[in-house]
Amino acid sequence: MMADDNTEQTKTAGQMPAMKPVVDVAAETAKMETDKMWVIMGPQHPFSHGLWTLKIKVDGEIVTDAEPIVGYLHRGWEKEAENRPYPKIIPMADRLCYAASMTYTHLYCMTVEKALGIDPPDKAKYIMIIADEINRLQSHLMWLAAVGTDLGNFTVFLWAMREREYWMDMNVRLCGARMTTNYPRIGGVRNDTPELFDRDIIRCTEHFEKAVWDIIGLIDDSSIYVSRMKNTGILTPEQCANLGITGPALRGTGVDFDLRRDDPYSNYDQIDFDVPVLKQGDSYARYMVRVEEMLQSCKIIKQAMAKVRALGKNAPYRLKVPSNVPAGRHFAKLEDPRGESMMYLISDGTDKPYRLKVRSPIFVNVSASRELCMGCRIADVPAIMAMIDMCLGETDR
Amino acid sequence: MVYSSILDWVNFPDIMANPYYPFETYNLPYDISQKLWEIIGGTIAWLINLLFPGNPVSEWLVCDMTVNFFALIIFMIVVFLVVFIGILISLWEERKVLGRTMDRRGTMVGMKGFLQCVADGFKTFMKEDTQPRKVDRMTYMWTVSLVIGTSMLIACMIPLSDRWYVVNYNTGLLLIMGLFALAPFFILVSGWSQNNKYSLIGGMRAAEMMISYEIPMLILIATACLMAGTFNIGGIVQAQYDTMPYFIPQCIGFVTFFVCANAEAERTPFDLAEAESELVEGWQTEYAGMKWGLIMLADYMRGYVSCAMITILYLGGWNLPFIGDLNNYVPELVFLLKTWLVFFAMIIVRAALPRVRTDQILNLGWKVFMPLSIINLVIVLLLKMGGVF
Amino acid sequence: MSPIREYDSSWEGDIENKLTEKFGDKIKFTGQEIRRVYAHVERDAIFDVCKFLNDELSFEHCANVIGVDMKDYMQVVYHIDSYTTYKGECVELTVDVPNDDPHVKSVSSIWGGANWNERETWELFGIVFDGHPRLERLLTPETYEFFPFRKSYKLRGWE
Repeated sequence: MMADDNTEQTKTAGQMPAMKPVVDVAAETAKMETDKMWVIMGPQHPFSHGLWTLKIKVDGEIVTDAEPIVGYLHRGWEKEAENRPYPKIIPMADRLCYAASMTYTHLYCMTVEKALGIDPPDKAKYIMIIADEINRLQSHLMWLAAVGTDLGNFTVFLWAMREREYWMDMNVRLCGARMTTNYPRIGGVRNDTPELFDRDIIRCTEHFEKAVWDIIGLIDDSSIYVSRMKNTGILTPEQCANLGITGPALRGTGVDFDLRRDDPYSNYDQIDFDVPVLKQGDSYARYMVRVEEMLQSCKIIKQAMAKVRALGKNAPYRLKVPSNVPAGRHFAKLEDPRGESMMYLISDGTDKPYRLKVRSPIFVNVSASRELCMGCRIADVPAIMAMIDMCLGETDR
Repeated sequence: MVYSSILDWVNFPDIMANPYYPFETYNLPYDISQKLWEIIGGTIAWLINLLFPGNPVSEWLVCDMTVNFFALIIFMIVVFLVVFIGILISLWEERKVLGRTMDRRGTMVGMKGFLQCVADGFKTFMKEDTQPRKVDRMTYMWTVSLVIGTSMLIACMIPLSDRWYVVNYNTGLLLIMGLFALAPFFILVSGWSQNNKYSLIGGMRAAEMMISYEIPMLILIATACLMAGTFNIGGIVQAQYDTMPYFIPQCIGFVTFFVCANAEAERTPFDLAEAESELVEGWQTEYAGMKWGLIMLADYMRGYVSCAMITILYLGGWNLPFIGDLNNYVPELVFLLKTWLVFFAMIIVRAALPRVRTDQILNLGWKVFMPLSIINLVIVLLLKMGGVF
Repeated sequence: MSPIREYDSSWEGDIENKLTEKFGDKIKFTGQEIRRVYAHVERDAIFDVCKFLNDELSFEHCANVIGVDMKDYMQVVYHIDSYTTYKGECVELTVDVPNDDPHVKSVSSIWGGANWNERETWELFGIVFDGHPRLERLLTPETYEFFPFRKSYKLRGWE
């Protein structure tokens, strides 16, 4: 713009050849360019849900570069696991992700079961499906709450947290703990479903299917909410796959991929559910995918509960397993609420793993924050990063 | 007057008879403060006169000029206290209503949670007054004092009725609006002086925002004044009492002004300058302790002024329709109740909406509010020309 | 992106054939399961194998780059997924890296998702990824001069 104006001026001024411009306009304009500055958001910043830093380079309000910094919570989880017997890793796996602890424990148990070459009873598998979906709902509701605060509205936060409490209660009914549950076991689950659990969970599901629309209505009916999320943080499916982004963020760009359906584990292939996919690839699509996933989770819970009930009260739910795992290499994958999580186990015949590697979805997702945030405004950064749904326990491990 | 009774000293003369009476019409807070001084000063004068009969000090304490002087000092305190308590009530109202909309109880400390305001005041007062080392000290302190000072000044300058006012100029409304629009400048300078990137961006945003809502707002005020035919606040209220509250003919203007007033008070859909999710606390980041507490209070004062402006310009001020002379009893309370009602609407807006983005508020200001305020102006002009008002 | 297909039991054989055809004895297949192919690749061929997987076989997602300390030598394990042609298929590639020359070619120019995984593997195991755009410490402090996940590093320090 500026350059064009200058050339026009010089053209009109060109009628007077003797006059030499006193000021070199182009050079002055270049000098007047605004200074870019690095704004460091974190590690203690309202937008970073956890302990991480996002350095953004801003030109006025526009983000021109971004660099995530993680590692404040690095505990050496994998090294710690190498020095523990297999059953003692279960409570540690709970601590990987505080928002959906049971998915990681489930993943760990699946990996060891694979290494042992055993197949847990059907009942345990269905109970774990229920537990996984309860945790997915908890995690997604916590994410929904965070979306509210990141966009500057506190009502959504409290309403979503209120709904999350019901699912927490379901966790308590199932295994006695709210967050770090210590429930799955290698070869099954710790205990059978308690009495009247089926009644409670169906009630909870039905209540949730109604109540979630209050929160969704508050967001979707508000043009400010929608306009804040639409057309921000856009990625193409090719970019998304290449950057290793998985989970709802991937499905929001139009890649139709869900490990529960495309690489089924623990009887997910016996259950009928849809995988929500949207093509827009912006924050709003990611939001819609997650909301739809919550409703699908309710569907899955109802079906899995029916299967558990059909198996009867006396069906086995846990196998006896040896403490030593035969030497070998095995890995298992699981659709975490946030993406594809994976554990890779090398066993050497002893009762301790030789190497246990955790693939955390967010560790890879957050590495793409530069591509996500480029060109947006500062106000969009929390909105975009909220759609990644940060959880630092698993990122830093 | 030797050994005279106390009633010789405390005798409550007519305030209008005082030659130094500073107002033209009857002023209730001045009346109260003069009577208070009569009690205090008269008692002191009587006591001194008991000890030293016929001394000049006692005479001086109750002479017209002294009474006027001390009455004015008490007047300031009375006016400020009433406004201050009104603002604390609106703060309490926000906490309770916001709590209920969010499915929680709100504050619970004493008197249905009202004493939480007092507790917060004590807490911020007790806090250590820290100051970052690399700030530009003078601007850092002065700008925040000016933000708080102007907010407090305009909050006190809002008349509560035709007998409860501080100034009664014919251009009183313009004066209030002028002071009201000053704060973004101080915020900009303050953000610059703090040597903090968040504050800088917050200050820039305050300036950016101001150019988007200020102009439609001033047009709307001019429209209301045009309809009433005066810039005098009392005149505008009286004109509404004579015809009808202006939110009926100017319904477009009423809604637009409500949104603009939200932006002027920097309340949640428009609190870009202190957007806590990305800018920590925006331009207030480096202010700690009592400074921060006063800034929060100033925010509520600006909220109160916004609501009061809406009440004056569109809701008929301190008068209620259809009740005739009953309006003369407690117009101040009517005014405050109306203000709190408007504030209630602002709280609901805050509970329901997230924060807008900087480019969105610029778009909103120039592409939506501006045409709407012009349309409103045209409607008013047509009504005026048609002789309806 | 190429069209999506439902799972077919011939996929694993298909992938093995294509890879063997292209790379011959540089790649050695060690196992096969439903939706899983396990292979052992020579160190100098890993970049070409990965490029072939990405460009020709549409394995567009690098899930994981894992370092393993086998005491006598090191290993790097890659898990590569396909979203389109072989939907849900996962190829595991294992590369042996000698202890005295822990270098392997970086695949982060093929998959952006491998970037941080390689950084992590470098900082924890000391395996250098040649051609990586930014091989810096990520999880551990920058002052660390050792590689904490090696087997020689015990929980209480070097032994």
